[in-house]
Amino acid sequence: MSSPADLTLAEASAGLRGGKLSARELLEATFDRASLTEAELHAYLTIDHENARAAAAAADEAQANGLWVGPLHGIPVAIKDNMVTAALQTTAGSQILAGYVPPYDATAVTALKSAGAIIVGKTNLDEFAMGSSTENSGYGPSANPWDTTRVPGGSSGGSAAAVAAGSAMIALGSDTGGSIRQPASLCGVVGMKPTYGLVSRYGLIAFASSLDQIGPISRTVEDAAATLEVIAGHDPLDATSYRGEYPRYRSLLGEGVSGLRVGVVAELSGAGIHPEVLSAFRSAVDSLAEGGAIVSEVSLPSMEYALSAYYLIAPAECSANLARFDGVRYGLRVDGATVEEMTARTRAAGFGPEVTRRILLGTYALSAGYYDAFYGQAQKVRTLVIQDFTRAYEGVDVLVSPTSPITAFELGSRTEDPLSMYLVDVCTIPSNLAGTPGISVPVGIDGAGLPIGFQIMAPALGEEVLFRVAAEVERASAWNNRRPPMVEADHGV
Amino acid sequence: MEYEAVIGIETHVELATASKMFCGCPAQFGADPNTNVCPVCLGLPGALPVPNEQAIEWIVAIGLALDCEIAHRSQFHRKNYFYADQPKNYQISQFDVPVCSGGRLDIEVAGVVSRVRINRVHMEEDTGKMIHVGGGGRIKDADHSLLDFNRSGVPLVEIVTEPDLSSPQQARAFAQELQTIVLALGVSDAKLEEGSMRFDGNVSIRPKGTQEMGTKVEVKNMNSFRSLERALAYEIERQTAALEAGEQVLQETRHWDEGAGVTGGMRSKEESSDYRYFPEPDLVPIEINDTRREAIRNALPELPAARRLRWAALGIDPASIAVLVAGGSDLAGVFDGAVAAGADPKTVANWLTGEVTAFLRRELVDLGATPLTGGYLFELERLYAAGDLSSTAAKQVLVGVLAGEGSPAEVAEERDLIQISDTGALATEIDRVLAEHPAAYQRLKEGDPKVVGFLVGQVMKVTAGKADPKVVSTMLRQKAED
Repeated sequence: MSSPADLTLAEASAGLRGGKLSARELLEATFDRASLTEAELHAYLTIDHENARAAAAAADEAQANGLWVGPLHGIPVAIKDNMVTAALQTTAGSQILAGYVPPYDATAVTALKSAGAIIVGKTNLDEFAMGSSTENSGYGPSANPWDTTRVPGGSSGGSAAAVAAGSAMIALGSDTGGSIRQPASLCGVVGMKPTYGLVSRYGLIAFASSLDQIGPISRTVEDAAATLEVIAGHDPLDATSYRGEYPRYRSLLGEGVSGLRVGVVAELSGAGIHPEVLSAFRSAVDSLAEGGAIVSEVSLPSMEYALSAYYLIAPAECSANLARFDGVRYGLRVDGATVEEMTARTRAAGFGPEVTRRILLGTYALSAGYYDAFYGQAQKVRTLVIQDFTRAYEGVDVLVSPTSPITAFELGSRTEDPLSMYLVDVCTIPSNLAGTPGISVPVGIDGAGLPIGFQIMAPALGEEVLFRVAAEVERASAWNNRRPPMVEADHGV
Repeated sequence: MEYEAVIGIETHVELATASKMFCGCPAQFGADPNTNVCPVCLGLPGALPVPNEQAIEWIVAIGLALDCEIAHRSQFHRKNYFYADQPKNYQISQFDVPVCSGGRLDIEVAGVVSRVRINRVHMEEDTGKMIHVGGGGRIKDADHSLLDFNRSGVPLVEIVTEPDLSSPQQARAFAQELQTIVLALGVSDAKLEEGSMRFDGNVSIRPKGTQEMGTKVEVKNMNSFRSLERALAYEIERQTAALEAGEQVLQETRHWDEGAGVTGGMRSKEESSDYRYFPEPDLVPIEINDTRREAIRNALPELPAARRLRWAALGIDPASIAVLVAGGSDLAGVFDGAVAAGADPKTVANWLTGEVTAFLRRELVDLGATPLTGGYLFELERLYAAGDLSSTAAKQVLVGVLAGEGSPAEVAEERDLIQISDTGALATEIDRVLAEHPAAYQRLKEGDPKVVGFLVGQVMKVTAGKADPKVVSTMLRQKAED
């Protein structure tokens, strides 16, 4: 007997609509799955049993009265804990916000609720989304459902682990340098970063404002597209929000890739990529060619410098964004004899080592006398990355690469060496610098039984073609909604 | 050695927009602490700024009034520094591309006109307010401090001059002229005492006739034109004394102490601050194309310089013009309205600079908050010109109108101030007075001019002051000749 917790959004929605499944049943199955897995996974920081149950009951009652609230009616959704939720603790994975209860919902959360979603809880992350493994969480790491001795990736590791394990049907993540796509890749689920400005950042606790973007994590490409349709849209509360048309992102699913031009990024699909990952990547590329895509190799010379530029721009912005955590108005306060001492003590006690490192790095990069050499230079590289992409998209419709150079690594194996951790994001960072969309789709399993992700990138606002190619990759890969061993029994496989 | 001062002025103007710079909270002054606040102006996690378009229009208006270039595309920057009254610990401000740059303002001191170049006019947000409790209100000795974020995020325009001023008198003239412009534009209350307009001075001195700049000292905390002038004069004197004593002037920020009449050094730590400006990633550049700029230019009200010329041509004396110009657009509107209706400009100017200004100062209200209009002023002037109101009565009626008692005619009626200039009615009263004072009547008939004043006074007394003394006097003289 399979659990409703393992249904896709499309399946669950059909069941709910047809009366074969109630929102309460679905939610309880989700809670049961969390009970089964959370002790090992620690995907959640907060599970909101009470309000979720009330919302599920309300969803069932609404439906009994003939009211279908929206496309996510009754669907259990998890929220990365760097998006604020009214009256529900939001920590951004940091001790500096322990116990902080926001007075308002992030715009993306409001959109989910308006579409009928049930908010299950808040998922674990690297502190302030800074990291690639969730090991930088101020509340302990999450584990990978495929092998609980390994990391789920990060920073949206809790969201990816929850979706993979079935303790959420879909989840929101945020992606500053790969924080949706990389954990999706490591957990064997779909993770999508939209074009910068497509989803409002209002209520997303900022890490690097010019790079941050909220996006969906789901078990299928179609579910990701459906979720994006709900959360994308112009928001007058975000001055960087896109003001144009928002199409239906599922419109081209199932169209195949015949005639589409697919560019393999040379710099991201050779040296530095684990052979098993590369092999699975090549097979997926071959399947696209078999599907009629015109595959070519494309060189983006600036990729080499993107990582360095990112590790100047993101810390620079975070050094200002995190200045507000000073102990004055909310969150942790450690007393001192003066205001300055109180703030210094609060920050020293509240921030973990990686956050501290990046604040220092960013402060340095913006300092008088260093600005031009560091921040200024990094912005020039960013311009080059954008130009490289623009040039590439003159010749191809999408670019592809592995999502992560490696599969899930052992907990603790990279924490002592920040640089080796930073390298994990080498394939995903360029899209953030360019503000363009990217998606990770699972395409295979390595020898250790760990998922391998395939990344598709598209030009700004190219979400329709992105999902179109992603759906074909998903279809051709025979991944077939494969589930982690730890939930197989419950899944009924 | 003789020294000369080099002075530049930085002015902060709080705009009187309905809402704050980056959120929808009311921007008004005087609400209960922390009532006009929201996630944005409290710097709560996740909140984002959205620029106030009205504020952008108004800073462009200020720039145009000061003959500035308006940037087609300008940029917000973050200015990073930790201070408890600043919720994000960075201020959204502007750095290398301000909205306005390169303007000028002409000022006049003792008949000499000089030009002050404007370096830049940029947009930023105000901070909250800290109130230190205990220890004489100073942060260093305070027992604790309270924070009020009502002011946090109020739109603030900073106007920076080139160091073109050379005396405290010029600095004061500049500050006053700038205030009249801001008031004429109607973009700010521009109240120094409430801090909605604040002036900081940058002062250095150098041997007279030399070109090299001396060490600059920033003087803050002057909340009246007089204290601006005094603080700068003190600072020039202090620096001169230091150099003459063979000491050096330190580059620092000094606070003006109004009570003690001196400037004092602040924390030296602040001097080394590095604000680490970088482009504000939460905001897109401000775009002002030629069409938008010209639309704002065409909507500019008449500026003080033009007003002065026009009113001088009406025969108004310079002192009255100065008061009228200082009154801003409301006062100018009432004056022009009355004159356009046909009132005598000098009479109306006298009332506005006298009774009206005194009333506003006494009652602490703005002209806009009173019922006085150009129409009412014209009506009053007609009553006065027709002799229905004495000069004194007209002023009483004016106060009544300001106080909301009604139109001039209604107030005159209600307060029973209409003069008796009807000769028939007055003849009866005069006859009665002459009958009661036969000796005086006799002297009048003998042609004693001194008795006329006494008799007019008696008539005024029996008519309770309502008789027109000029008419009574004329009638008495005729009586003497009869």
